[in-house]
Amino acid sequence: MSPEDFFGIGSELTEEDRLVQSTVARFVDERALPLLPRAFEEGFFPMELIPEIGSLGILGSSVHGYGCPGLGALAYGVICEELERGDSGLRSFVSVQSSLVMYPIATYGTEEQKARWLPKLARAEAIGCFGLTEAHGGSDPAALQTRARLEGGNWILSGSKMWITNGTLADLAVVWAQTDQGIRGFLVEKGMPGFHAQAIHHKLSLRASDTAALFFENVTVPEQNRLAGAQGLKAPLSCLTQARYGIAWGALGAARSCLSTVLDYTRTRELFGRPLAATQTVQRRIAAMVRALTLARLLAFRLGQLKDQGTLDPAQVSLAKWNNVRMALEIAREARDLLGGAGITTEFPPLRHALNLESVATYEGTETIHELVVGKAVTGFDAF
Amino acid sequence: MNPIKILVAAKRVVDYNVRVRLKPDHSGIATDGVKMGVNPFDEIALEEALRIRERGEASEVVVATVGPHEAESQIRSLLAMGADRAIHIETTRETGPLEVAHVLYHLVQEIEPGLVILGKQAIDDDCGQVGPMLAALWGRPQATFVSKLTLEGGRAQAVREVDHGLETVEVDLPAVITTDLRLNTPRFIKMPDIMKARQKPLDRRPFENCGIDLPRLEVEAYLPPPERVAGLRVESVSELVTRLRDRGVL
Ligand SMILES: Cc1cc2nc3c(=O)[nH]c(=O)nc-3n(C[C@H](O)[C@H](O)[C@H](O)COP(=O)(O)OP(=O)(O)OC[C@H]3O[C@@H](n4cnc5c(N)ncnc54)[C@H](O)[C@@H]3O)c2cc1C
Ligand SMILES: Cc1cc2nc3c(=O)[nH]c(=O)nc-3n(C[C@H](O)[C@H](O)[C@H](O)COP(=O)(O)OP(=O)(O)OC[C@H]3O[C@@H](n4cnc5c(N)ncnc54)[C@H](O)[C@@H]3O)c2cc1C
Repeated sequence: MSPEDFFGIGSELTEEDRLVQSTVARFVDERALPLLPRAFEEGFFPMELIPEIGSLGILGSSVHGYGCPGLGALAYGVICEELERGDSGLRSFVSVQSSLVMYPIATYGTEEQKARWLPKLARAEAIGCFGLTEAHGGSDPAALQTRARLEGGNWILSGSKMWITNGTLADLAVVWAQTDQGIRGFLVEKGMPGFHAQAIHHKLSLRASDTAALFFENVTVPEQNRLAGAQGLKAPLSCLTQARYGIAWGALGAARSCLSTVLDYTRTRELFGRPLAATQTVQRRIAAMVRALTLARLLAFRLGQLKDQGTLDPAQVSLAKWNNVRMALEIAREARDLLGGAGITTEFPPLRHALNLESVATYEGTETIHELVVGKAVTGFDAF
Repeated sequence: MNPIKILVAAKRVVDYNVRVRLKPDHSGIATDGVKMGVNPFDEIALEEALRIRERGEASEVVVATVGPHEAESQIRSLLAMGADRAIHIETTRETGPLEVAHVLYHLVQEIEPGLVILGKQAIDDDCGQVGPMLAALWGRPQATFVSKLTLEGGRAQAVREVDHGLETVEVDLPAVITTDLRLNTPRFIKMPDIMKARQKPLDRRPFENCGIDLPRLEVEAYLPPPERVAGLRVESVSELVTRLRDRGVL
């Protein structure tokens, strides 16, 4: 029995999915983890990983064709799990590219947009970002104020976006704006006059990730850069469902990292004449971690099955995102505490995970928003 | 030189990260629910074979494994890494080095490779015998513990790590090579190749059909290494001498 997979859910995965997992795990251990603590401490995304991520072929893993591997939902899940075992910032980089940039292009884009962008995005030769949130209220995206108006066959985009992951790195921004016909999506390219990205500094969370504000000052965007199939708020929300699904898995990775750290640490740390791990209260705390992680894993696994069957309801994703991120956050805080003073530097990962998970709990729908989604699904009342 | 075929031997072993535990009856290592993987030295062997193929010096890389049905997941990962095809000699029982060497010799006669590359040892039993035994059965030269390998004009030049430094040997092909850790770093598998590996040929054969009937190694018991007893500090040289005398060392 593995503490990190107490009910042996891993053996329910296909051979291919397990190989996906062990490959990404090796990448995280050998290539990413040596860089991540310093990247977090100094506040940058480790750029040298980008070409390696591209060559692994994990970007747009669920997209079929266009140089993408066309893997299933469980494969995407284990990719997110392993990446977030490294750092939520690393998983965020891949979530954004896969679920928030490649997914909408593959789902709503024209043939020309797909052929032009997907192969490059898959190889990480182009980086994308997703601009939905605005400074005045991310939880209420229907109220977004960025505007696009049609002028002589082109769209003129004006407004701004806030808290955009990969914002300054991006060659391509998927931007959601109000039009006279409702919300529409646009592919805004780096270098288009009037488009700027500005890094957000002084973060205490998700520090190994690029977070930016985007500004659009009458940016001319040709009609062929509009996502032709995306109509209304349900289009960006469908992207969020993909990303939230990945986060439900990613949280398992962060929690595993914390649990395994604590298991190692308490096994060897002797206090009051015995290993900490041989102390009742410590065991109870560790057992509670194992319980929470096991339940979260069962949710994630079932969610993956539903997604592959095509019967997934967004409210189910909400419940899992909410539960699993909360689970990971609590495990990370407990783990930090069990390390005592040693838990406060970057030498051990729990505090880094705990700080990251504050962002993960907020982005892609805050915990409250997901509670209200589930509440609405079961009561029928919209209480937002 | 015409491109050669390369046979790579690979073994399914307990993953190198796992802290192994004994079965309660000491009949072996507990493997139930334990993560398994490819012997790391064998991954290095495959990596080297793939690099030789990518340089145009080999036309085909075949991997072979002797092991249980479950070893198929290790074979799939080797196919995903880039081997062209695989042969799985299936058996549920533990096979000793000589039996495996005979299986490989049997395959060598069928495939006629220019090189057989194997790990210098498997990390489970650490026998380190299959490569040399195969070379002896085959009557071909061997270079073991190789940390650098180049092919030229029907010969292989191999740098070996030995106690007093590095030794360079030249062997005529066909030959047997066993790999050391520093030979290379195996590549990462690419996701699209995992799907493609499904389509690659995998030839499954029962061990019994290889016609090998050898006396078997019998393992009596597996025991953990004895616990080390704490050392003791002596105050003076004369005390040291006395203590050594007491133990009959001096
Ligand atoms: C590191 C980071 C990266 C991000 N990356 C991206 C990105 O790439 N793209 C993107 O578009 N966005 C991104 N976001 C934005 C993220 O999605 C928003 O922060 C999130 O949706 C919350 O919006 P807000 O910050 O405006 O908070 P608010 O919406 O102002 O919420 C503040 C608080 O009010 C609560 N609340 C809101 N509405 C209600 C209600 N009706 N009833 C009760 N409570 C309510 C919330 O739960 C929360 O606790 C990112 C955010 C972070 C922190
Ligand atoms: C920023 C910082 C500043 C500090 N400044 C000072 C200072 O100025 N002077 C000074 O002397 N010290 C200082 N300390 C040290 C601090 O007091 C210790 O970190 C604290 O006492 C915990 O000890 P520890 O770190 O060794 O953790 P440990 O004692 O190893 O504890 C690890 C975990 O085990 C738990 N635990 C321990 N024993 C038991 C038990 N019997 N049963 C159940 N659970 C148990 C603890 O609650 C904790 O969760 C500082 C620490 C920090 C982080």
